[in-house]
Amino acid sequence: MSAITETRILAGDSAAGRLLRRAGGRLLDALRGVLPPLAALVLVLGAWQILCSQPGAALPSPAKVVADTWGLIADPFFDNGGTDKGLFWHLSASLKRVATGFSLAAAAGILLGVLIGQSRLAFKGLDPLFQVLRTVPPLAWLPISLAAFRNADPSAIFVIFITAIWPIILNTAVGIRQIPEDYRNVARVIRLSPLEYFFRIMLPATVPYMFTGLRIGIGLSWLAIVAAEMLIGGVGIGFFIWDAWNSSLMSEIVLALVYVGIVGFVLDRLIAGVGRLVSGRRVARN
Amino acid sequence: MTAAYLGIEGVSMEFGKGRAAFMALKDVSLRIAKGEFVSIIGHSGCGKSTVLNIVAGLLKSTRGGVVLEGREVDEPGPDRAVVFQNHSLLPWLSVYDNVRLAVDKVSGAKRSRAERHDWVMHNLRLVHMEQAARKLPDEISGGMKQRVGIARALAMEPKVLLMDEPFGALDALTRAHLQDSLMEIHSALGNTVIMITHDVDEAVLLSDRIVMMTNGPAATIGEVLEVPLARPRDRLALASDPDYARCRGEVIRFLYERHQRPAA
Repeated sequence: MSAITETRILAGDSAAGRLLRRAGGRLLDALRGVLPPLAALVLVLGAWQILCSQPGAALPSPAKVVADTWGLIADPFFDNGGTDKGLFWHLSASLKRVATGFSLAAAAGILLGVLIGQSRLAFKGLDPLFQVLRTVPPLAWLPISLAAFRNADPSAIFVIFITAIWPIILNTAVGIRQIPEDYRNVARVIRLSPLEYFFRIMLPATVPYMFTGLRIGIGLSWLAIVAAEMLIGGVGIGFFIWDAWNSSLMSEIVLALVYVGIVGFVLDRLIAGVGRLVSGRRVARN
Repeated sequence: MTAAYLGIEGVSMEFGKGRAAFMALKDVSLRIAKGEFVSIIGHSGCGKSTVLNIVAGLLKSTRGGVVLEGREVDEPGPDRAVVFQNHSLLPWLSVYDNVRLAVDKVSGAKRSRAERHDWVMHNLRLVHMEQAARKLPDEISGGMKQRVGIARALAMEPKVLLMDEPFGALDALTRAHLQDSLMEIHSALGNTVIMITHDVDEAVLLSDRIVMMTNGPAATIGEVLEVPLARPRDRLALASDPDYARCRGEVIRFLYERHQRPAA
């Protein structure tokens, strides 16, 4: 009897011990992942704090940024009418423009990419045009689109569209042209119809390339929207930064930059995540 | 000669046009009986894969044609299923789905859903791959991928099975395993097979006839060798078989004495 209890206790003990050790191991792994970036962040902030706390520093130190902008950080949702709104509203206005422009660019870009990837003639005709147009800086399109649309919002959306579309077109086309001849041959032997070929072979074979293009595209869109909004005004994170500059509120600019960076990062990861989901592990991790 | 099941009739193949034209094949004729296993052997670049692709319908010959069961064929189709050299499995589909795609397409009309499932599993079992049905091609070895490639081709119930150096990329041990499996399947199903190879032992072990091709340009059939070995064949017993040694010797003499490879 006592022997049995003893073994039970021992067994329970060792099981608990194992559980504890495993939990400890997982904690250690998590720490290993978080610690290096955390240390780097502390170092950078520390250096910045030291460099900018000298008297007469042109830029605010991190501590001053937080102190100056605490109102904005604490309440991103206020709305006093006009452009006097919380950062959430500015960011969401910018994101809405990017979402519209980028969606249009994705749809048109994939279609055009499929076209020039499939047809040698279309490639010969359109590729030189695309190669020239894609080097035009995003903001150079703004005056033309303002002239064409006579309205700030569609102009900004057009700038997003025209900025994001090139990498989507070109990567999709490359993806289609790299489909191995063997896959085409398989399709021919089992006699897939053109539509079946598109959905069963061309699309899955091209998805990783497509998403590379979409990822570059969303990054460029986010770059372009901030610049475009500085010029067109209205609600939006770009205008917020420009407005802060005109009022010499350096701390607000720094805070806005942090938000812009984080949102850009999240957008990139979002597209990468969707790509991985769609293609089932076939998109490389970076 | 018995009535030909598959006839390759005076096939010539020219790539390019005008001055840049390159005559790859000239006047290749071959008749194959039902159930026969024929290997085509030759140095690389002699156009043996071109012959296979023409039979498959993937390439159109410049002159001549291919007749299967009395009908000319010049389009690809599942009646001439191909086992590709590098397996050509679609990497985003599981082993099962790779075979299933072909089965759905080829026998979607004559089999119910459940029957198609059973047929896929039956063919995977035939190549000993039923355990890996749910795996993705990237998760299995090269030999296993080629087994699945064979299962996919068999599942189309082809009149002729075309194999383009199916075991060329595999190591010697894996290759021997797959050759044994192929012999097993061939004796059970009695398929008509054309196999491209550059491996003399493989050709002798598997074939009823070995077609030896001369070097290009304008490659053609140099000689056809009957392999009079009884089936089932056993690689161990054959190692000391005089007929085996003679066949092997003849192929080697053809390849290395009379049609030596042009400086590679």
